[in-house]
Amino acid sequence: MVSLTINGVQRQIDADPDMPLLWVIRDILGMTGTKFGCGVAQCGACTVHLNGEAVRSCVTKVSRAAGQQITTIEGLSVNNNHVLQKAWVEFDVPQCGYCQSGQLMSAAVLLRENPNPTDQDIDDAMSGNICRCGTYPRIRAAIHQAAKMQQEGAKS
Amino acid sequence: MNRRNFIQSGALLGGGLLISFKIPVANKLAALNEAAEGVAFTPNAFLNIGTDNSITVVLSHVEMGQGIWTTLPMLLAEELDVDLEQITVKHSGADKAYNHNVYGVQITGGSSTTWSEFDRYRNAGATARILLTQAAARRSGVALQNCKTEKGTVIAGGKKYTYGELAADAALLPVPSKVPLRTPADWKYIGKSTKRLDAAVKTNGEAIFGMDIHFPGLLTAVVAHAPVFGGKVKSFDAGKARAVKGVRQVVEIPTGVAVIADHYYAAQQGKKALQIIWEDGVGAQLSTVKQTAAYKKLAATNGLTAQQKGDVAIALAKSAKVIKAEYVFPYLAHAPMEPLNCTVKIDKDSCEIWTGTQLPGGEQAAAAKILGLAPEKVKINIPFLGGGFGRRATPATDFVSEAVHIAKACGKPIKMVWSREDDMKSGHYRPFFVHNVTTGLDSKGMPIAWKHNIVGQSIMKAATPAFGPPQNPIDDTSVEGVKGSPYLTSVPDHFVGLHNTDEVVPVLWFRSVGHTHTAYVMETMMDELAHNAGQDPVEYRRSFFKEHPRHLAALNLVTEKGNWKKALPKGRYKGVAVTEAFGSFVATIAEVSILNGQVKVHKIDCAIDCGLAVNPEGVKAQSESGIIFGLTMALYGELTLEGGKLQQNNFYDYKIARMNETPEINVYIVESNGKMGGAGECAVPPTAPAIANAVFAATGKRIYNLPVMNHKLTEQA
Repeated sequence: MVSLTINGVQRQIDADPDMPLLWVIRDILGMTGTKFGCGVAQCGACTVHLNGEAVRSCVTKVSRAAGQQITTIEGLSVNNNHVLQKAWVEFDVPQCGYCQSGQLMSAAVLLRENPNPTDQDIDDAMSGNICRCGTYPRIRAAIHQAAKMQQEGAKS
Repeated sequence: MNRRNFIQSGALLGGGLLISFKIPVANKLAALNEAAEGVAFTPNAFLNIGTDNSITVVLSHVEMGQGIWTTLPMLLAEELDVDLEQITVKHSGADKAYNHNVYGVQITGGSSTTWSEFDRYRNAGATARILLTQAAARRSGVALQNCKTEKGTVIAGGKKYTYGELAADAALLPVPSKVPLRTPADWKYIGKSTKRLDAAVKTNGEAIFGMDIHFPGLLTAVVAHAPVFGGKVKSFDAGKARAVKGVRQVVEIPTGVAVIADHYYAAQQGKKALQIIWEDGVGAQLSTVKQTAAYKKLAATNGLTAQQKGDVAIALAKSAKVIKAEYVFPYLAHAPMEPLNCTVKIDKDSCEIWTGTQLPGGEQAAAAKILGLAPEKVKINIPFLGGGFGRRATPATDFVSEAVHIAKACGKPIKMVWSREDDMKSGHYRPFFVHNVTTGLDSKGMPIAWKHNIVGQSIMKAATPAFGPPQNPIDDTSVEGVKGSPYLTSVPDHFVGLHNTDEVVPVLWFRSVGHTHTAYVMETMMDELAHNAGQDPVEYRRSFFKEHPRHLAALNLVTEKGNWKKALPKGRYKGVAVTEAFGSFVATIAEVSILNGQVKVHKIDCAIDCGLAVNPEGVKAQSESGIIFGLTMALYGELTLEGGKLQQNNFYDYKIARMNETPEINVYIVESNGKMGGAGECAVPPTAPAIANAVFAATGKRIYNLPVMNHKLTEQA
C-alpha cells in the first residue's frame, strides 16, 4: 500500500511502486483532469505539483510521491478562481483543451516563483508543454494578465 | 411533421416530467422522416427546450478546438432570443439528421461548420421563437403582434412567460415552413467577438475527452500492432503477458494482439511481455529513399490531366527562359494531443461507443457491421475531441473498428488506449508528395508556360468507405491549389498532371489537405519568378490578382498592417505568400533571422478574408492556431520509412513547435461582403511558403524539400 496526499486528501493505494503517478491518478483514483499525452515527459500534459514543484506524472513512480503533497488541476483552486484560470477564460486560451491542465500546472509554478515573468521567463518555464492547437500566444498573454491580476490582488 | 414525432415526453429529469420540443431539419431528410408515419422518433433536432426551462443546443458538428461549441449556439441564440449563458451545449450522436448540408454524411471537416450551418441553426432558433410566441399569445389571449420575446421569455401584455413554461404548448403547434430571420443590423451575437463557452471546463479538468471515460467494470486495452505497414501476426505467445499483475486477457484481433488489463500501466507491461512473430508482407520493401527516387522519376512524366490550356510543350520551347524545380514533401502525422482511443460496451442486442470522432456515422456503420447489428443499435457518444486535424475523420474507421473487435473478442467493456507511439506509427498520414514544375518565361520574366506534375497517394480513394469510390479520375485533394490557381489561369499555355500512387501506408486528410503542399509549391515558385524578374514579390503577385479581388484585399491588408515596404533591422528578412483554401483568402508575411544554421521565425502577420466572421475572435484564434501548425510543418514535419517501418516514435523525434519557438502573431480580418468561407484550416497553407520565402531572402537558398530543419542555412553576406 502506498499513502498519497492528493489535493489535501490522504489516500491509501494498492499499486505497484513502479506504477507512474499519472496512471494511479487517472485509472485507480479516477481523477481525469490530468492528461496522458506522450508517456515520456515530452509534452507536459500530465504535469502535477509534487510538494509545489511541477513534475511530469507519466514518468514519476508512485513510490516517489508517497507521503508527499500532490496537487492536480482539480486542486489548483477551489472554484476555478486561480488568477491563471480566470485569465485563461478571459483570453479564450483553450482550443481542444486537452493540454491545458498541464499548461496551467506549469504556469502556476512559474507565477508563484516569479510574480512578474518576462517573455523569456515564460519561454523557459513553458517550453516543456506542447499544445498542438498552438495556443501559445494566448497562453503567454494570459500569464502576463494573471501576473497583473495577482499583483493587483496583493495590493487590494 | 405529425404530433407524435414532434413531442418527446416521459423523460424524468430533475423530478419533473420533461416535455421537450424539437425543431425539425429543413431539408429533404426531414421530409422523408415526416412521410414515414409510425417510425420511431428520430432526434433530428438542434434545439431542445425543457419544461424546466433548460435550453439545449445540439451540435451536428464536433468540437475539437475550432470553436463551434460557441459559434453554432451563437447562430441559434441570435434568432431564439436567449442569452448564451442560458444555453447548455452538447454533441449529437450519430444520426442522419445531422448529416452535413453539403457533404451528405455526418462529418466535421473542411473548415465548413459555420458557413454550412449558418442558415440551419438560425432557422432552428427562429422557428422555436415563433412557436413560443404563438403559445404565449394563446395562453394569455393577447394578440400575437402584441407579444414579444426578451432573453428567453415571451412578454404578452402584462404577463411574462419563460420559454420553459411555454415549451409543452409550443410543442403542439404546427411548425411554420418558412420563418423570417433577423437582418444584420439587428444582430446581437453574429459578427461580435464572443468568448468560448467551453473555456471554463477546459481550465479546471472538468472537460471530458474520450480518454476520460470511466465506469464500473471498464477495463483498459492496448494493442501490439505490426511494426511494418500491412504486416500481420504469424504467431504469438502470451504466457508472460498473462502473468503480469492486473492483466486479465490477451486476444488476437485482425490488426494485432490486444492486452486487456485493470489499468493502462498493467496493459502496457503485458504488451511488453508479449512475444509475437510478425509476417511483414510487401510493406517491408518500402523506404523513403526508394520512394523519393521512384516518385521523382514518375513526376518527370505527364500524369492524368487535371487542368490544361493551350500547348505547354510549344510554349516552353519558345520561352525566353525556363525555370525548373522538383519538390519533395514527407509523410506527416497529425499527432493530436489526445492519443487515439475508443471505449466500447457490447450488450446483448446493442452496443455503446464513446470516442472522439469527426465521422460518427462511419464509425457507427463499421461497428454495426463487425457486430452484426443494425446501425441504430450502435449508440455513439462523442465527448470533447483532444485535437482532430483530420485524424479523427478516418473513413477506414481504424481505431474504432479495432476497439470493437477487442470488446467482441474479450466479451467485456473496454477502453482501448493507444500510446503516443501507436498513434504516431498507425499511419493515416498526410501523403508523401513530389511535384515537378517547369515554367517558361517571357523576356520580362512573366510566365507564359507552366508544366506541373504531381505524384502521391489519393486521399479520396482512401475515403471510399465514407464517400464511395471516387467518381473523378483526378483526386482534387491531390491537386487543389495548383488546379484553379489564380496564377495559372493567366498563363496562356499550361498543364497540370497527376499520378496517384498506391502504397501500403494509409493516408488521410490532414489540416488543409492538398494545400499543405500545393500552396508551398505555388507560392515559393512565384517568389522565385518574382526574384528572377527583379520585382518585389508583393508587386509581382499583384499583377496576377486583377480579377481576384479577395486575394488582393488580403494581400493589401497584410502588407499595409505589416509594413511590407519598411526596411527591417539588419539580420531580419521577410517573405510573403497568398492562398485561397476552403473558401477563404489568406495573405501572410513571415519575418525571420538565421541563427546557428537554422531559421528563427520572429513574427507572422496574417490577413484573412473569410466573408462574414461570425465570431471574429474565433477566426483570429483559428488563424493563430493554423500559423503554429504551419510553422511546425515547415520547420520540423517529417516522417521517414525504412524496411517498411516508421522511424519516428514520439515527440522527441517528431518535433512540434513549442512556446520558445512561437513568433509574435498578428491576425487581421478583411472587412468583406464575400461569400462565407472557413477558418479552421485556412491560415495553414501560406505559413510554410512565407517562411521559406523569408529564408530565401536571408540566405539566397531555395528550399525544395521540407522540412526546413534538414537544411544547413547561412545568412547571405
